Amino acid sequence: MASSSSYNSPCAACKFLRRKCMPGCIFAPYFPPEEPQKFANVHKIFGASNVTKLLNELPPHQREDAVNSLAYEAEARVRDPVYGCVGAISFLQRQVQRLQKELDAANSDLIHYACSEIPTALPAPPGPSSIQSMAPRQRPIDHYNRRMGNEEGYYEAPGVPYNLPWNDNPSGDNNAGGGASNM
Amino acid sequence: MKESGRKHGALSPCAACKLLRRRCAEDCVFAPYFPPDEPHKFASVHKVFGASNVNKMLQELPEHQRRDAVSSMVYEANARVRDPVYGCVGAISSLQQQIHSLQTQLAAAQAEVVHMRMRQFSSSSNAGGAMDMAVDQANMGESLWSC
Repeated sequence: MASSSSYNSPCAACKFLRRKCMPGCIFAPYFPPEEPQKFANVHKIFGASNVTKLLNELPPHQREDAVNSLAYEAEARVRDPVYGCVGAISFLQRQVQRLQKELDAANSDLIHYACSEIPTALPAPPGPSSIQSMAPRQRPIDHYNRRMGNEEGYYEAPGVPYNLPWNDNPSGDNNAGGGASNM
Repeated sequence: MKESGRKHGALSPCAACKLLRRRCAEDCVFAPYFPPDEPHKFASVHKVFGASNVNKMLQELPEHQRRDAVSSMVYEANARVRDPVYGCVGAISSLQQQIHSLQTQLAAAQAEVVHMRMRQFSSSSNAGGAMDMAVDQANMGESLWSC
């Protein structure tokens, strides 16, 4: 929640930077004094002037979300200086690939069962064409065939335009991505 | 080879020193990871993190981890340039939603598989039961005639 700076309490940014917190301070609504670590992380990874530039380029209603995402990335990078929050993306992409494979396997089982039921179906009524007289049967697979994957069969999340270099092994056993981050 | 750092005697400054307009020293920390033919790579990292922050972060890491660190920083920086509000946190959120959706679909598909298995099992049991009924009816017929 955004909070404005008060006369007596400088925001966490101005406290950290040891400067006077002026009315209209761009950091004050997003870095309250009771959360000093938030700005400390953001300052360490991105720098105060980069954050100022970034916030100035955004309309005010988007700044809080921007600060929160920067704080998340900064904290992830402090915890994991090599991979930052990209480690979490790598982990989640592997999970998506694994789940997609399992879903494909379950769907092919369903197809197998659906096909194996055809010989045991009741005999068609007499008529010129017994196949044409039967209504098209709704296969169970149709309910579940909502794959959003690409031709290779794994899901590419929107906003993740390319697979991470550490995910080239489709078996998903690569631990280079590090641990997952909890949001 | 890129892995071992700059080629001995290379005259071309790395992309970082080109952008920063400074002399590219022999032991430049950026040079192994920001070759001059990929200027956009350093440009986005510089815009989001700043050259001195990147320098500090790389100096704090052992050499064998720096390439991966640079790759992840480039990824984050590009994501932030493309989406200044959410950066790559948007991708995390999206992936979490997709995982939830896939888990729901998978649970439903697996439940249906169990259902189909049970159906097949019970229909093969019923086929045996129907045969028994036919035999019983035949036997009844015989007993009627025998009265």
